Amino acid sequence: MSAAALLEVRNVWQRFGGLVANSDVSLSVQAGEIVGLIGPNGAGKSTLFNVIAGLRPPTEGSVWFDGQDVTRLSAPERCARGIGRTFQVVKSFDSMSVADNVIVGALVRTSSTKEARRKADEVLEFAGLAHRAEVSAIELTPPEKRRLEVARALATEPKLLLLDEVMTGLTPSEARAGVDLVRAVRAKGVAVLMVEHVMEIVMPLVDRAVVLNLGAVLAQGKPADVVRDERVIGAYLGERHRA
Amino acid sequence: MSASSFTARRTRQLGLALVILVVVALLPFGVKDVYTLNILILMLMYAALSQSWNILGGYCGQLSLGHALYFGIGAYSSTLLYTKFGILPWFGMALGGVIAAGIAMAIGHACFRLAGHYYVIATIVIAEIGLLLFHNWDWAGAATGIELPFGRDSWVTFQFARNKLPYFYFALGFAAVTWLVTWKIENSKWGYWWRAVKDNPEAAESLGVMVFNSKMMAAAVSAFFTAVGGSFYAQFVAYIDPESVMTFQFSLLMALPAVLGGIGTLWGPALGALILIPMTELTRTFMGGSGKGIDLIVYGCLIMVIALARPDGLVGLFHRRKRSAA
Repeated sequence: MSAAALLEVRNVWQRFGGLVANSDVSLSVQAGEIVGLIGPNGAGKSTLFNVIAGLRPPTEGSVWFDGQDVTRLSAPERCARGIGRTFQVVKSFDSMSVADNVIVGALVRTSSTKEARRKADEVLEFAGLAHRAEVSAIELTPPEKRRLEVARALATEPKLLLLDEVMTGLTPSEARAGVDLVRAVRAKGVAVLMVEHVMEIVMPLVDRAVVLNLGAVLAQGKPADVVRDERVIGAYLGERHRA
Repeated sequence: MSASSFTARRTRQLGLALVILVVVALLPFGVKDVYTLNILILMLMYAALSQSWNILGGYCGQLSLGHALYFGIGAYSSTLLYTKFGILPWFGMALGGVIAAGIAMAIGHACFRLAGHYYVIATIVIAEIGLLLFHNWDWAGAATGIELPFGRDSWVTFQFARNKLPYFYFALGFAAVTWLVTWKIENSKWGYWWRAVKDNPEAAESLGVMVFNSKMMAAAVSAFFTAVGGSFYAQFVAYIDPESVMTFQFSLLMALPAVLGGIGTLWGPALGALILIPMTELTRTFMGGSGKGIDLIVYGCLIMVIALARPDGLVGLFHRRKRSAA
């Protein structure tokens, strides 16, 4: 773990009463890197995601972003510092147009709605939603809504984008388009931390994978190495599949 | 392209508002009947009040059924300052607005943690507490109320006992100002933030929106204008007591036009007031004392009809027609 990491999670514990959802989790994301956070159901991915996004502070441990301790900062403050996120269950502003959704995000960097509108047009173009800009957000198809979430987060000009299962529920062709979008986001210099369930999608895309199991980091490293890791296979497929 | 069409739409809205303003301003030249003028004044006042309510309830999504409190504060502050200290109602009006904004923020500080229905209930209860306090506050006239001293008709004291026409123009200006403020807000950072807070606070926070501050700001602006309306009403009727300015009925009458016309829309409150207020006044007139409560039955029926037929309010009718025409 280098000192220059963009995001650093240091020894995070999250307990809910007697239940330990994260135990001593440490991980880092470098600038411009795509990191996958994977693990079977109940591994503590979402809990960790919420700690990083600022929904709930950890019981113990700290989160560092851009060299500063952000463990106790609220979600809006983290957004201002450069952490953008999407939601697993899409949370679009349904009474507003697609463009207006994105403008809300852009307004964190400017107070001028004119400037925010220009920024929104640019981001929508990038995300392939320009032709839907004036449509009400509620009329979008599910994959378009996912795109809107990404666009909205990008409008806040993040240094790190947190993606919470953006590929879940997409058809293979939609997922491929999603993968292209994530690659394009990285090409802009934005680091990506993606929680994902579907291994086939994540592995070819990420530079590094962190596998959580039972709340703790089971393995991390290059995707090719991780998928061959005995413990990872065991956790995903069960002990008896271990060859 | 989208930016220019957006600007064009906003300019059109402003143009339409100007035309309506001029037409309404000319109405008194045709309408000489005092009774009709009265209804027009009330209609404009409720259009403005409902627009003020709409800022918090419609745009920011914090449904308040306690706006009678701010209305009452406005009415009492201008009246008390004038009758007790001889301070002109204009100052009382401004001060009432500021006090109401402060109280709205204090209430918000405590109650914005409450979600959905709980916030609505809290606003009702707090307004009722205000009503009880004024009922028992001897210095403020308690249940007997306060009468404004009968003076010369003048803009200085904002009293027009003989010819009510100036009140009409004030109410029109009041409606115009609240409309313009809303129009301005629609294309401002606050406007976007408020709608984001209404639609999904959690997503809003993730996009850097200060949700709590947004609600506080909306509450303050909304309460300020509501209190200004209260001061106006006190001058207009020249006699106030807790029952005539602070009851739950006023809270309803501020919320209903917006709900009827289209909640969180620019034209909804005015459209709602245009239909609701004459109806209220007419049922009151025709039913007289025996019809007490009939207007409430009418409101109830209206809400049911709206909820079933057009949940987005009457403004939605225009949108639908536009879309099918396009």
